[in-house]
Amino acid sequence: MAVVTPPALPAPGVRAPQRLRPSGRPRGDLRAAMVFLLPATIGFVVFYLVPAVRGAWFSLTDYSVLAPPQFVGLDNYRRLVEDPLFWNAMGVTGYYVVINIVVQTVVAVGLAVLLQRMTRSILVRGAALLPYFVANVVVALVWFFMLDYQIGIVNVLLGKVGIDPQAFFGDPALALPTIALINVWRHMGYTALLVFAGLQTIPPQVYEAASLDGASAWRQFRSITLPLLRPVLALVLVVTVTGSFQIFDTVAVTTGGGPVDATRVIYLYIYDLAFAQLDFGYASALSVVLFAVLLIVALVQLRLLRAGESDNS
Amino acid sequence: MSTTTTTSGAATADAPHGPSVRPERRRIPWGRIGGWICLVVILLITIFPFYWMLRTALSDNRALALEADSLLPAEFTLDAFRRVFGLTTLEESLAQGGAGGRINFWLYLRNSVIVAASITIGQVLFSAMAAYAFARLRWPGRNIVFALFLSALMVPGIFTAIPNFVLVKELGLLNTFPGLILPTFFMTPFAIFFLRQFFLGIPREVEEAALIDGAGRARVFLRIVLPMTAAPITTLAVLTYITAWNEYFWPLLVGQSDDVRVLTVALGIFRSQTPQGSPDWSGLMAATLVAALPIVLLFVALGRRIVSSIGFSGIK
Repeated sequence: MAVVTPPALPAPGVRAPQRLRPSGRPRGDLRAAMVFLLPATIGFVVFYLVPAVRGAWFSLTDYSVLAPPQFVGLDNYRRLVEDPLFWNAMGVTGYYVVINIVVQTVVAVGLAVLLQRMTRSILVRGAALLPYFVANVVVALVWFFMLDYQIGIVNVLLGKVGIDPQAFFGDPALALPTIALINVWRHMGYTALLVFAGLQTIPPQVYEAASLDGASAWRQFRSITLPLLRPVLALVLVVTVTGSFQIFDTVAVTTGGGPVDATRVIYLYIYDLAFAQLDFGYASALSVVLFAVLLIVALVQLRLLRAGESDNS
Repeated sequence: MSTTTTTSGAATADAPHGPSVRPERRRIPWGRIGGWICLVVILLITIFPFYWMLRTALSDNRALALEADSLLPAEFTLDAFRRVFGLTTLEESLAQGGAGGRINFWLYLRNSVIVAASITIGQVLFSAMAAYAFARLRWPGRNIVFALFLSALMVPGIFTAIPNFVLVKELGLLNTFPGLILPTFFMTPFAIFFLRQFFLGIPREVEEAALIDGAGRARVFLRIVLPMTAAPITTLAVLTYITAWNEYFWPLLVGQSDDVRVLTVALGIFRSQTPQGSPDWSGLMAATLVAALPIVLLFVALGRRIVSSIGFSGIK
């Protein structure tokens, strides 16, 4: 540790005011702050701020990367309104988000309550968390094999109970729910641990009082757990819904958008437009719209769930 | 082991003469049994795919179809790994039921290590510096700048990925390691936010004592702040490494060529090259195992720390 003896010539004299209490309002650490912030600011400006501005600008242009962008006003946005593939992509994405989030949230809350009531074992929690740390691509491929029409273990097991094999990725009606459930599998443990952390903040005395009053476990869950959990649940939902809208990896390595556009989610559509068709202007307009949708959805959720207020206080 | 004295357990715990002891105490606890069954089923569903990946990777590809329901590897062999690491000739691969394409996962493994390690070192160091400036230094506009940095959390990745791709192309960095690494090398909003929470928790007195002793800010940061927050910094480093390792979208855009291709991108290519009629499933599972194993090992080694770091303690 730094054992600089006081007599050793007090370093820069400008530091002197800081020796006083913080309430003494020294002249601030602006110079030090600039040094500390320099690398992060470079990263922020070059790879977040400027690209965000540039992205908004691209959305007003016709731009194919090969030639410089041509300003076209709001043409891209007009085109988007009449683009059936865009509306299809939004519909598919919305459908995906609903299945994914509803199932995931229900399973995660259930799992969190189970974890809390049954076991303190960190091993169990770790096992539940494991899928979240494995790459989307890995998860997608493992399930792609397990759900294979011919030799996938799921269809083999279905066959044993007399159900015909299902083309999980080939049937337009099944492909999207399948992908949604695969991602539930990957995220449920993580979401459960977020909820679990929220459960820890509920004081045990509340439950003790309730059980003294004869409230059943289900009644306690409905009347204590859910209301007190609401602020945490709201944040969990905002985070998971925002992530869910950005589904890409799983679709890209399994169905690639098919069959017949049944899984062509918005991210994949934008990706195709930009990097397969080099239509960067239009792709940028779609990502601006996606950004706006995400913001609105997040705000609506915070509003509906009144995330700011806690029933606890 | 689990003493099961969680919140609910407290009410039913032994209290021989307590007035709250219920008459139905001797009843079979159906609720608990049901709960355990649910938990075990969920855990089985969670763990089984990992086992199935291993089992299939150790199987002979042609035997898989015949023993599709065998819980053990179908005709145990390491051929799938030999194919994945490019140790077989084309004829051998085809004879084993593999694809024709030449793949070398050693190379992709190396590339993934280079990319993930570089991103981790840069991002953690620079984010820690920034987090310190936000948590401890006093300067005008601090909160506004912090809010601006945080707002980047809401921006969907693809919105900045398109202009970033153009930028990387303009800089001539397509298919280079810097192109893969730079966008997340300097910061992520999450890393700064995460570390700032912990820096805020350090008692000011410790720092002030050092400042009075004449230590500069840099010295305080390196000798006091970083050592005191070694645990959360390690957690963040592990999370950053895992995130970088698993990233698919950005490397897919800028790192297609063989010499910089990372594992996730290689897996996607392997999958799309696999012949329609008779896919090389055991090879594919061996390849996914190669991509997943380092993370699983890291997780097993440091899981306890990661598990307890999950939560919203930072926000509320």
